[in-house]
Amino acid sequence: METLLEQIESGKLWQFPGGIHPPEQKSISNQVSIGSLPLPEYLVLPLKQHIGANGQLLVNKGEHVLKGQVLTQPGTNWSLPIHAPTSGTITDIKPMPSAHPSAMPELSIVLTPDGEDKWCDLQARTSIDGLDNKALIDIIHHAGIAGMGGAGFPTYVKADSAKTIEFLVVNGVECEPYITADDMLMREHAEDIIRGIEVMISILSPQCTLVGIEDNKPEALAAMKLAAQHNDKILVRAIPTKYPSGGEKQLIKVLTSKEVPSGGIPADVGVLVQNVGTLFAVSEAVYKGKPLIERVVTVTGNTIQTPQNVWALLGSEVKHLLYSQGFTPVDEQRVIMGGPMMGFTLPTVRIPVVKTTNCVLAPDNQELAVAGQEQACIRCSACADACPQTLLPQQLQWFAKGQEYDKLEEYNLFDCIECGACSYVCPSEIPLVQYYRVAKAEIREQKLEKVKAERAKERFEARKVRLEKEQEERQNRHKRPARSAPAKDKAKVSEALERVKKKRPEQSAVQAAIERAKAKKADGDATTLEPDNSAVALERAKRKEQARKYKEEKAGTDQGSAPKDAVAAAIARAKAKKADKETGKASSEAPTEATADDPRKAAVAAAIARAKAKKAAKTPSEQTEVEKPATEVASEDPRKAAVAAAIARAKAKKAAKAAAEQTEELVHEEPVTEEAQEDPRKAAVAAAIARAKAKKAAKAAAEQAEEPINEEPATDEAPEDPRKAAVAAAIARAKAKKAAKAAAEQAEEPVNEEPATDEAPEDPRKAAVAAAIARAKAKKAAKAVAEQAEEPVNEEPATDEVPEDPRKAAVAAAIARAKAKKAAKAAAEQAEEPVNEEPETDEAPEDPRKAAVAAAIARAKAKKAAKEAEQARLESADTTEENSTSIPESELNPEDKRKAAIRAAVERAKAKKKAQEQEGNDLS
Amino acid sequence: MKLTMASSPHNHSLKSVNKLMLCVMLACIPGILVQSYFFGIGVFIQLALALFTVSLAEAAMLTLRGRPVWPTLSDGSAWLTGVLIAVSVPPLAPWWVVVIGACFAIVIVKQLYGGLGFNLFNPAMAAYVLLLISFPVQMTAWLPIQALLSAPLPVLDQLALVFTESTRSGLSLEQARQVIDGATGATPLDHVKTATGQNLTVTEAMDNSAFAHFAGEGWQWVNIAYLLGGLYLLKAKVINWHIPVAMLASLSICSLFGYVLGNQAGVAFHLLSGATMIGAFFIATDPVSASTTNKGRLIYGALIGLLVYLIRQYGGYPDAVAFSVLLLNMAVPLIDYYTQPRTYGHGAKK
Repeated sequence: METLLEQIESGKLWQFPGGIHPPEQKSISNQVSIGSLPLPEYLVLPLKQHIGANGQLLVNKGEHVLKGQVLTQPGTNWSLPIHAPTSGTITDIKPMPSAHPSAMPELSIVLTPDGEDKWCDLQARTSIDGLDNKALIDIIHHAGIAGMGGAGFPTYVKADSAKTIEFLVVNGVECEPYITADDMLMREHAEDIIRGIEVMISILSPQCTLVGIEDNKPEALAAMKLAAQHNDKILVRAIPTKYPSGGEKQLIKVLTSKEVPSGGIPADVGVLVQNVGTLFAVSEAVYKGKPLIERVVTVTGNTIQTPQNVWALLGSEVKHLLYSQGFTPVDEQRVIMGGPMMGFTLPTVRIPVVKTTNCVLAPDNQELAVAGQEQACIRCSACADACPQTLLPQQLQWFAKGQEYDKLEEYNLFDCIECGACSYVCPSEIPLVQYYRVAKAEIREQKLEKVKAERAKERFEARKVRLEKEQEERQNRHKRPARSAPAKDKAKVSEALERVKKKRPEQSAVQAAIERAKAKKADGDATTLEPDNSAVALERAKRKEQARKYKEEKAGTDQGSAPKDAVAAAIARAKAKKADKETGKASSEAPTEATADDPRKAAVAAAIARAKAKKAAKTPSEQTEVEKPATEVASEDPRKAAVAAAIARAKAKKAAKAAAEQTEELVHEEPVTEEAQEDPRKAAVAAAIARAKAKKAAKAAAEQAEEPINEEPATDEAPEDPRKAAVAAAIARAKAKKAAKAAAEQAEEPVNEEPATDEAPEDPRKAAVAAAIARAKAKKAAKAVAEQAEEPVNEEPATDEVPEDPRKAAVAAAIARAKAKKAAKAAAEQAEEPVNEEPETDEAPEDPRKAAVAAAIARAKAKKAAKEAEQARLESADTTEENSTSIPESELNPEDKRKAAIRAAVERAKAKKKAQEQEGNDLS
Repeated sequence: MKLTMASSPHNHSLKSVNKLMLCVMLACIPGILVQSYFFGIGVFIQLALALFTVSLAEAAMLTLRGRPVWPTLSDGSAWLTGVLIAVSVPPLAPWWVVVIGACFAIVIVKQLYGGLGFNLFNPAMAAYVLLLISFPVQMTAWLPIQALLSAPLPVLDQLALVFTESTRSGLSLEQARQVIDGATGATPLDHVKTATGQNLTVTEAMDNSAFAHFAGEGWQWVNIAYLLGGLYLLKAKVINWHIPVAMLASLSICSLFGYVLGNQAGVAFHLLSGATMIGAFFIATDPVSASTTNKGRLIYGALIGLLVYLIRQYGGYPDAVAFSVLLLNMAVPLIDYYTQPRTYGHGAKK
């Protein structure tokens, strides 16, 4: 019994089943030698021309490159470089239609040749002695060589086979009709090909090398035999002409009797197949140093005047090839890249030649008839007889039509090489291959989906386990807080617990705060409020710092649940506020303490207070105290300010509505204003809502005596957000005017303004808080003197309106303050002033001494400003000021302009409120 | 430039269903000619009737099913069915026999199953069996071959028999046969069956003037003509060799055993009498209802051959091709399933 090697050496060939004999049509293009083409106008070089990954771009737009210069740097994953096919300029790098049946755009380098065709430096060699495998493989890799017969598998990967290669099979079969590129290459460059083969032999050291050439290419056979004469390890074999004997698996069967296992690669049976074109490129790269920048392309078909093989630079458009050979398109012209059996029609001729392009076929409709209508399958099984893989195409077709994917796999659909033999012989003209392609794609997709779904499931389960574990841990660790919390929203609770935990290091501060708060409670009705206030201020500052710390911590540790937590916190705060309101009503500070004690336990407190808060919200009173905790809670976490502000505003609005009929209503604006200040970015939103409320309040207050206070919050807002200042100022003016009108009948108003003015310059951020409290108190005072009437003040707010330019808002604010000062001066003779100042000074300033100085300075400035403003008023506001009775009229005008905006803001606030309430309900 | 897109492959063998069917019908011509030579012009009358009926039935059904009529009708599969029915019925059978058969074949067996490619059974053979069971008298009324007739029936008499069931002189087919032949029994197969049933040896039964040659005058030539047609089909690669070879081989082997061991009719008698050749090359090879794998075809053909022998030898009917084919049609899905070929690269057989 002969060994396989002996059988092979004796010239034995095997057969593969099936196969067809379509008209060869090769003589159309193999009568003349390989021609060359003129340089095209431009070249389009897709970064990806083969299986595997793209390389990294090495060139930029506008760069000049030399012929053969490397354009991309290969990465690790089967990627190959591409090279400049000629010298020229990179004119663009963008996605361009690629050599793909769908012309799918691929990132491509557009190269405009300079016509010089100047090579870069090439490293030529005369022999490969002294080069080890790695060096050779490296040369092949960096020459960008991919399989030039079909799929374009990177050659270096194949050459770097880990498995022992018994047989190197050289594919010169070229079984596809029409194509003669390899045929002509073998005729003209047999020696180079053999040298390429020898490079491969030196890398792989196979037992023998078999060159398979179909017996319809006698010239190529002869040339190759001659060139291989010197090497008895290279056996050139003429194999019977039959399509698809050039298929890798079929050729292996024919030459070695081996079968590549299903799903395997030839190396699994010790065989490696290389196309002759590829080996020619290897020889060029190794001996001449030339990278793969051009290839032989058969341009053929009945619509081509001079069908022949040409050396085409990679990146040349098909159009260039066609028209260089004389192309006269017919109706329903098809241009096929590749052969008639496995090639694909191009949607456009502006597709570049790539490393795998072996033929451009432009047939007329006689030589290759347009496919007819698909008819019923008659189960003749001609397809099965033609199938080189011994599949049952007919059965596959039924399964594919019925989308029976399991059956398709059972019938080995994935062993189909898509050679097209079945479709070729089908009497019913069923596009079998197309069905298989679609079915394969669908199955692949399904499998992918399956994998994805499984992964998702795994992830989900892992997460579930993790969450359960976390929850368990939490429960074990923090049983106490969990008990006191309304454990309906676990996330919230856990969040709170975490916060508490994090807070522990700062416990002493909190303790101190509690002590202070208790102290405050103790002397709740004390006449000297100063120490109490300073304590509160200190506490607030500390809390702010804590909030900042917490924010940092949270950003680091709790990213995932942060948004949720923010909402939860916001709601908690809102509830706390409500609770505080209730507390305020009850005139007891104990809950307030609780809140102050640990602002982050607001949720807990809020939960307890929630029920009561509703009631309280409906009947707000004595809210001077209410605003403080609310403000503190809000300021706790600047990031959450927005959410908190939204909720607070919504609630405040609700309260405001109720309070509208009361005199204290205006106080509601102040917390809002403060919140807005906390987060300058959100200031706009807050300001808008604040304004809207202010307006409402103003309207309500218009009939009351305390109105002038309205302008203060607005003024406070203005410096916070310069962009919004104009609007705020405008509204402030409008309100001021209104207030003025109201105040016209009163005498106390100037006194109210003064403290606010004092605070503002001191510390804008802190001023707001202080001012709010001050105003509230002032208001109380104002209420007391509400029955008095002092006309002079009337003019001053009106003057506020004078600056029409919103950008001058700051100036306006200054003027307003100045006027207030003036008014204050006037009111200084009255008895109420010291009383009003006192609380203000008590609560707001962190440093009372500083504040006093600042206030003094501010007052002085305000006086000066007032004088200036008076002048300004006289100069520019004649019309407004002509008579004081027309003030209400002129007041309406600016109001009307902003009404829409304000209304919108109110609407938003309402919507927000509803949403928040909804959310609050859901969460609770 | 607007380019036309198409999926590969872009060329085609130019084979078509229509060409295949025409080719098969063409291959029937020698058989039909020989048949009409021996059995009279009635064959052509039946042929015309059958073709007309199948066309009508197919067109009607396609219309009802909302399918394009001409493209499907012109594939020729219905006509081939008509031809096969026509050559299967006795040439002088009444017109309605062949019409019923043709209608049944097209309407019930083919179109109600979904049309070409979907029918489980060979339409022509299903129709033949229907007729044979429903109208046994008419279906067995084969005239003795004309060469034996003292006075050949005139063409007009044959027409009259087909359409009016009596000759112009008013004789029924049976009477005409009596007049002509003086003996009942139609085919040699029938004769042998009857004779052996009467305890005559096959040799004795064959030693009858009706059997001038080894398989019966006329029938052997008809079979040889169909064999020639079948060989043409093989050569034209319209059919594969597997089914006819398997069937004939199996029948030969069985009858050889029977002949050697059981004093039964010889191999040549079985091969060249009745519907053996037309069955092997034209009926069993119907692609739609036959097995589709090569191995399956061998099994399919061999089992048909076996059944033909068994039914002929031991069954109640003189000929058995139709029954055998129908029985095996039923077994095709099973056969196909178990005879999947080994795909390239798959080591173990399925």
